[in-house]
Amino acid sequence: MQTQTLFGTDSDINVLMNKRKKIGLIWQVVFLFAITLAILFLLLLLLSVIDSTFGYVALRNEVEPSSLIEGKTLIKEFSRTELENAAKANLSSGILRRVESEKPLAQRSYHDLVSLLEQYVIKPKVLKTWGLWDSLTQTRTIEAYSLSENGSYLTFKSWINPQFFLADQSADPLHAGIRTALLGSLWIILITFLFAFPIGVGAAIYLQEYAHDNRINRLLQLNIFNLSAVPSIIYGLLGLAVFVRAMQSFTSGSMFSALTDSTANGRTILSGGLTLGLLVLPIIIINTQEALKAIPASLRMSSYGIGATQWQTIWYQVLPACGERILTGTILALSRALGETAPLVVIGASTFISVDPTGIFSKFTTLPIQIYQWSARPQGAYRNLAGAAIIALLILLMVMNSLAIYTRDKLSKKKRLEL
Amino acid sequence: MHERPIHPFGKRKRIHERIIETTLFLFAMLSILITVGIAFILIRESYLFFSDPAVRLLDFLTAKKWQPMIGLFGIRPLLNATLTTSIIAMAVGMPIGLFVAIYLSEYATDRSRGILKPTFEVLAGIPTIVYGYFALTFMTPLLRTIFGKANVEIYNTASAGLVIGILVLPMIATMAEDAISAVPKDLRLASYALGGTKIETTFKVVIPAALSGLSATFLLALSRAIGETMIVALAAGAGPKLTANPFEAAETITGYIVRISGGDVSYNSIDYNSIFALGLILFIITFTLNLTSRKISSLFHQEYD
Repeated sequence: MQTQTLFGTDSDINVLMNKRKKIGLIWQVVFLFAITLAILFLLLLLLSVIDSTFGYVALRNEVEPSSLIEGKTLIKEFSRTELENAAKANLSSGILRRVESEKPLAQRSYHDLVSLLEQYVIKPKVLKTWGLWDSLTQTRTIEAYSLSENGSYLTFKSWINPQFFLADQSADPLHAGIRTALLGSLWIILITFLFAFPIGVGAAIYLQEYAHDNRINRLLQLNIFNLSAVPSIIYGLLGLAVFVRAMQSFTSGSMFSALTDSTANGRTILSGGLTLGLLVLPIIIINTQEALKAIPASLRMSSYGIGATQWQTIWYQVLPACGERILTGTILALSRALGETAPLVVIGASTFISVDPTGIFSKFTTLPIQIYQWSARPQGAYRNLAGAAIIALLILLMVMNSLAIYTRDKLSKKKRLEL
Repeated sequence: MHERPIHPFGKRKRIHERIIETTLFLFAMLSILITVGIAFILIRESYLFFSDPAVRLLDFLTAKKWQPMIGLFGIRPLLNATLTTSIIAMAVGMPIGLFVAIYLSEYATDRSRGILKPTFEVLAGIPTIVYGYFALTFMTPLLRTIFGKANVEIYNTASAGLVIGILVLPMIATMAEDAISAVPKDLRLASYALGGTKIETTFKVVIPAALSGLSATFLLALSRAIGETMIVALAAGAGPKLTANPFEAAETITGYIVRISGGDVSYNSIDYNSIFALGLILFIITFTLNLTSRKISSLFHQEYD
């Protein structure tokens, strides 16, 4: 059987081939391992956020419910009238007057009264918090901790809840929410869109439809690709120097005698929105160019053929044919702006405000900045809040992305120009 | 559009067509204005910084301490921390990203690619602040459990670097996959015809052929890692420190800019000017990397197109 060839005997070749195949197999395992690792990272990322959003909280009341009404240790056991009476008896007159003027006690819901009493009378303080994993696996240790701390009790808390979306920023982690930040984020996105969308689409139309292949246009193209890779913090410095400082009278609104907040000093929603507008401009241009590239030349030619001018062709034929695609690209660019933190921190977005923004000249905070602030604090409860805020941010991003996918799918079903 | 042209075959464009074209051109020129604006602002403020008597250019580049309070401005500790996090990030992101790319383009079936690619898009769409939170609440405790609490500080560059590596991974995977799939099929077939196995074809033919695209990917990812801000701001620590130990806290360039501007800094102070000087350094580094990356990848497109 043994035959001598140029490369040795048959068995030599077999040994060699097996070795080569084995190397191939080993590498394939390595590749699969890399894929698994990447997916694992994504899972860990999500799990670590979910972990801190739910879990046990050890609380201690400043005033026990039993001291309000004999024999009832939990506020949930109170009847409606008991709640009302307890509120009237125990709220300080100033708070009571304010609360009554907002909405009379008699008209408030049961749930409303409970949270009122909790906030002003019982005042539970967070002693310690646990993540979901610890809450499920180490229930004994947690219970032991609660027993060892005098007067403390455990509740299982979901840090993300309706109240969390509606409450404003508060120094007390149990009552802190993201309403101000959420509104700030939406305002910023609106300004970003209004500024970057027309300019971005316009620039892309020029580059794709009008520009000849000459030096200046090549430079424009190169420049746009370069801008899209500039670190976002640099845009923050640009915004700080230009919008906040140099154009302060414009961005704070004093130029139009529309000054909403004299302490804003140009660190307003307008400045933030314009800064992020500059940041997403190159992305919108690139995405729109891709959309325009996908339109076949035949469409333009037939339009010219019936005597349309170039702008008529673009306005009546090209843009309607790729409108959804441009919109998809823009939504994706805006979702990038929604998650940006660094530039807004650099231009000096307020870190602690509890007043809702009322217009483009208001001070603001955004969801990512809120997350940054809460994460940076050492106390445990703020980490839980940050986790809940991240979930809120991810939900918002998911909504935007689904919107983008929805428009893209609608396009591929409807358009005859499927490319 | 309702008036008729003076001469139906005249080459002269109608006036409003010209106005539209000029307006769109100006929109496009705005992008140049942004670049010029960035360069102008950074250079002007940096000039103010360097003309301050407390700052000497030579000290800026060589001195080992950055302590604005006592007038010490040496960029080395900040630069050192930036390089530490970036090197760790590339050490994690590049091999994993490359392997993922090879798997996606050479091994994966259409179906698994259809599942995996959106997964990476999701990973790429997550805001960096979430990664920062992940570094602080997961990576750091993990490192402290593995290497001991005595060895690993609460804030450290290793944790930040590892998570930046995860951050740039999807970007590397996507770009590298593009580069690898752009290699013509003929090259692979020729290698098979010579008796090369799949892995030999991949490593000895495909990867070398895609090398320019892969280097472009590497440079762009490095630029992204150097400019990354929120992860280091949360996880790497506050306070510049010249150290080679990645388990110690050390502030990076971007971390310093965020910390200083986050507090209320008054205009025309040395602190205010210093963040622009650091921004200039950051801009020069990332701009060079981006430009080189772009140059390399345009060369590579000419090769096979």
